Amino acid sequence: MDGLVSSLLLLLLLLLFGGVTSIWPYQSLKFWSKILRLISRLSNQSPNNTALGSDGFPEQLRRELMPRHVAVILDGNRRWAKEKGLTFIEGYRAGFVAFRVFVGICVQWDIPIVSLFLFSSENWRRPQISLRTYLHASRSNRETNSEIPELGVRVSVIGDTCSLPISLQELIKETEKETEKGTKCHLILAMSYGGQNDIVQACQGIATKVKHGFLEPEDITRPLVEQELQTRVTNVPSPDLLIRTSGELRISNYYLWQSAYTEMYFTTTYWPDFDRGEFIEALLSFQQRGRHFGRN
Amino acid sequence: MDEHHWINSTEPFATAAAATTTTTTKPLLPFSRLLISGGAAVLVASETCRRGRLLLLCPSASTASPAFCEAFEMEKGKDSRNTFISTLGNFARKCLFGILSVGPIPDHIAFIMDGNRRYAKRRDLEKEAGHKLGFAALMSILRYCYELNVKYVTIYAFSIDNFKRCPEEVKSLMELIREKIEGLIREESIVNQYGIRVHFIGDLELLDEPVRLSAERVMAATAGNTRSVLSVCIAYTSTNEIVNAVHLACEEKWDEFRILDSCGGAYGLTRYVGNGENGENFIGLEDIERHMYMKVAPAPDIVIRTSGETRLSNFLLWQSGHSLLYSPSALWPEIGLRHLVCAILNFQRDRSYMEKKKKIL
Repeated sequence: MDGLVSSLLLLLLLLLFGGVTSIWPYQSLKFWSKILRLISRLSNQSPNNTALGSDGFPEQLRRELMPRHVAVILDGNRRWAKEKGLTFIEGYRAGFVAFRVFVGICVQWDIPIVSLFLFSSENWRRPQISLRTYLHASRSNRETNSEIPELGVRVSVIGDTCSLPISLQELIKETEKETEKGTKCHLILAMSYGGQNDIVQACQGIATKVKHGFLEPEDITRPLVEQELQTRVTNVPSPDLLIRTSGELRISNYYLWQSAYTEMYFTTTYWPDFDRGEFIEALLSFQQRGRHFGRN
Repeated sequence: MDEHHWINSTEPFATAAAATTTTTTKPLLPFSRLLISGGAAVLVASETCRRGRLLLLCPSASTASPAFCEAFEMEKGKDSRNTFISTLGNFARKCLFGILSVGPIPDHIAFIMDGNRRYAKRRDLEKEAGHKLGFAALMSILRYCYELNVKYVTIYAFSIDNFKRCPEEVKSLMELIREKIEGLIREESIVNQYGIRVHFIGDLELLDEPVRLSAERVMAATAGNTRSVLSVCIAYTSTNEIVNAVHLACEEKWDEFRILDSCGGAYGLTRYVGNGENGENFIGLEDIERHMYMKVAPAPDIVIRTSGETRLSNFLLWQSGHSLLYSPSALWPEIGLRHLVCAILNFQRDRSYMEKKKKIL
């Protein structure tokens, strides 16, 4: 019966809307859609129940169902800045503040591996000014991230780092060396990374081994490919949860092979606004899903 | 509010309006606007009547389940009854597709058909009945897609991981698949109606002999069709596809290298790719793509997964890097025209945003 009721409601709405569009010109419909988007954004900002227990762990989440590896696509810095009337660089700065807060939360809640998609291999096609501001912002923020070693975080950077500016490459090597001993959380930053490129470079590694006689083509199996991917820096390359902010519903060539069984969570909030409450929502959604891996 | 359903129920209408606003170039006269909204209203009315009839036929006792299945299949299947409502419904649907075609239509839609067994459980039916109803829903969706001129459709029929389910279920599923594959070659099937070329994608060696043979028969029989393409992913996982492609690419290059080596011409094969090392990288993106099972179709524009789960489950990982992911909370047998229309409207809205972004880039 509920299907019938909802269909009748849809019909009524459609007739109403249809009647309205016949009278008003099409330009007014853009205004309608903006209003609806604003309403949905406002309703998303309703206060979340972010009650924390005595140890700082949220009460609604269950420790045994926490994901081992969380991946995040940090999207929406520039759109956030545009909405607020700020420049792009201020948007990136706000994004990095949110990034620091997020890493702190992950360490507090004992999430062992966190992957963040900072910069895609496709982003090189952006105009030079945008690239320069982004890289400058990332460099200055990396330098001020002195508290990261104190948190016990180990940092690894994956992606085609050779195409980044030399100073940034050196900073990356330094950071990786300094934080090698970190045990609390493994932070994997994807810079100039593409999922397809990752798979191709793994294949090239395998092909070279075959060519030099270390391997036969028959030995190429799934675990072997996983060992050659750039995510070999960790022993859990597949994320359990992938979060994408800013409302885009796609993976954009991030982890392709690794996200075979990853639960995806999409939110319309922009990355600078992604706070503790939003993260709790994402984790709550993850904990309520039944994961079967195709088996039942 | 179902948290899995990202798109609010009121938003589709806004997106409908926004999409048609941004994509239509010539303004329509007031009378035609009334006609279009009237046509859409009639379509919704006819679908409401169908669902109302279905719901009235649905008792909770399982003894009536064959009647329910029959009624369901009749509703979802071809409109062989010439009732006024069904003809009007067809006409209204054609109007709606005409409106949608003003904007960009995706070339390739992929479906992950999830939720058959949950649907059967909800209606107190057997699991096989759930799969049969899922097949009926699939036929109606394919019909809508091909009427809309979507050139490539891919469906995820059976994964390699599904072989781990209990053997009776796998056996009955395989039997159903074989029966439906045989049905495709028949004269009146959808394949001949729309000139569809069928490909079976996956590691077909893992299938039983009768299923594999019928699949090969269908592929041969439809090889001459050129209007559209249906890719059925059976015994398929994306990681298996990629490993297989790497395997074949390595073998091909290894054979080439061996031949050249034997006649002393090997030195031309090494190509330096500037990644800082002097690597002899002689396999590239094109070599892998050439050996993929899915080379018969371009990358999907939309990936639709029913039942509200937002994961890819090892389906088209390589190809779906830039695809729109749409996840309605309806189960697969419940999928209808409105879900397809919502997906396409979201695609159109997304496409216009991506075009703008590309212009800025």
